[in-house]
Amino acid sequence: TADIISTVEFNHTGELLATGDKGGRVVIFQREPESKNEPYSQGEYNVYSTFQSHEPEFDYLKSLEIEEKINKIKWLPQQNAAHSLLSTNDKTIKLWKITERDKRPEGYNLKDEEGKLKDLSTVTSLQVPVLKPMDLMVEVTPRRIFANGHTYHVNSISVNSDCETYMSADDLRINLWHLAITDRSFNIVDIKPANMEDLTEVITASEFHPHHCNLFVYSSSKGSLRLCDMRASALCDKHSKLYEEPEDPSNRSFFSEIISSVSDVKFSHSGRYMLTRDYLTVKVWDLNMETKPVETYQVHDYLRSKLCSLYENDCIFDKFECAWNGSDSVIMTGAYNNFFRMFDRNTKRDVTLEASRESSKPRAILKPRRVCVGGKRRKDDISVDSLDFTKKILHTAWHPTENIIAIAATNNLYIFQDKVNSEMH
Amino acid sequence: MFVRGLKRKCFDGEEDIEGTLTGIKAIPSYNLQRQSLLDMSLVKLQLCHMLVEPNLCRSVLIANTVRQIQEEMTQDGTWQMINTQSTGQASLDRLVSTDILCRSSKEQAEGKHVSGYSTFNKDFEGDQTQDSSETMSTASSVQAPRNLQSNVWEMENSQENKGNFQKSLDQIFETLENKSPNSVEDLFSEVDNSYYDLDTMLTGMMSNTKMGHCDGLDTFSSPAPTTSNSNCKSDLNELDHIVEILVES
Repeated sequence: TADIISTVEFNHTGELLATGDKGGRVVIFQREPESKNEPYSQGEYNVYSTFQSHEPEFDYLKSLEIEEKINKIKWLPQQNAAHSLLSTNDKTIKLWKITERDKRPEGYNLKDEEGKLKDLSTVTSLQVPVLKPMDLMVEVTPRRIFANGHTYHVNSISVNSDCETYMSADDLRINLWHLAITDRSFNIVDIKPANMEDLTEVITASEFHPHHCNLFVYSSSKGSLRLCDMRASALCDKHSKLYEEPEDPSNRSFFSEIISSVSDVKFSHSGRYMLTRDYLTVKVWDLNMETKPVETYQVHDYLRSKLCSLYENDCIFDKFECAWNGSDSVIMTGAYNNFFRMFDRNTKRDVTLEASRESSKPRAILKPRRVCVGGKRRKDDISVDSLDFTKKILHTAWHPTENIIAIAATNNLYIFQDKVNSEMH
Repeated sequence: MFVRGLKRKCFDGEEDIEGTLTGIKAIPSYNLQRQSLLDMSLVKLQLCHMLVEPNLCRSVLIANTVRQIQEEMTQDGTWQMINTQSTGQASLDRLVSTDILCRSSKEQAEGKHVSGYSTFNKDFEGDQTQDSSETMSTASSVQAPRNLQSNVWEMENSQENKGNFQKSLDQIFETLENKSPNSVEDLFSEVDNSYYDLDTMLTGMMSNTKMGHCDGLDTFSSPAPTTSNSNCKSDLNELDHIVEILVES
């Protein structure tokens, strides 16, 4: 079970794909450069590097284990030959630097090939050491460790567009860090009540605006979004904008609040919209409209009548992520039974696909799936009652520019490419 | 697929409500399910205490659900009525059909009617007339959540917990004191164990509160506060012993 993938993230060019797992490991995949000779083998992802990011720890004060599971990975924009990423577990964020070494110096005067000192009497002439090619070696080193910033469990990290700061959010607080400073962080949001018994709402996700370095959003377990401006005040408890859809009174049940809890929030690439995921829907919000989302898509509405059972087996607390494609025209999110869903915002068409062994055969085309809810049942339809709720796709990622998606299905990673329509429309 | 297997439609055919006899039967079914949801939620809050720190978001959402149910039951005035009903019903350990609970409030309103339960008394502490064990078990189940909440999210802050913990324990033991020592065993045996153990809840509360100096418990020969690594269940004899001390004093 240590192999269960817990996060997936493309870097800014899409050349690298990082996954984190429950065992604290990070695996980075690299896309093979396109080859003119074999057009069909272009763009496949192979393992580039694997390293242990976090280890299990023990909090002696609380007598509790701190899981090594990687909750989130975020890439820094590349500023030199090296790649950098932030990875976090529940408590500690780490900055990793990934470098390549494909040359080594040969021909030293004072030491031999193995590094042993030469007998100086054997040295008759001087030579200039030269760099000779070697097998590619990928080296990963921890550059910063941002510890002791969080009392509660870190659920999100987000790198600011200024490339100097980043934020980390836990259930009750959000901290702002400078990438070069590990012994200090600024608390910018604190929703912890004076009396913990009054606690009714927690922070579930947060993200910096892609272009405005002073703006960030955070979502809550009550289904609201708060856009905050760091220029307004040091402590951003008072939001600039509150995005909340009024509850539909005709749909109210004991589970209304739970299913309204936002599990993920993502700004669009344009920065004009936000995408949220709650238990049954994905919603697109316009930053200029706080009263309701501009679009709502049903992910698996057939589960609405099963909420009590899903509450009992805890599935109702599953946190699904959501993703935009590069042009913000399609949104994607995971579901149960290894299904994932895509919604085209322009054509209003949607599709359900499955990440499974059959679909992983090379160049196999994914067949759209359908869940039938009674009524006419077509061949290959799956009935609601035979869905496998242990096969959940919580983590998905979309390549920043191309139609390539990464789907984490428990311990398997699936990478699907749309060869025909490789470019964004 | 679902842990519990088949979906039960226990109340098929009784869902058409227009104030007929079947309509009246449907009301307890909603209440029964609501009670079962409450019980399930309390168990979930209990089971939060594991090796790893519990998921705060999940705990908050469950606690909010418990609060919602309590508020509704309080408003309905169905609290006492449910307890007398449930003695005759099948045991509460089975999760009944999910249909009714998942139905919207609009649909519920057509079926529910809230009247005739005027004997409801919100103040259980003062209520000595309804001395059934169900009352006691439900009383503790109502009092416990407020305390469980503080246990769940602030495990290291014993100062905050102390007040409420003491208060809820007091309420429970006060009810016990009014009984003869002999009936203590009866009390515990009548509680429905399948969904949650009253013992478990009480001992869970004791073992999971990180206190060393809760005044009320100093007089007990209770075990040293255990870490949350330990199981919620503890020795039943210890609890009996504690209860005996209270009852005899």
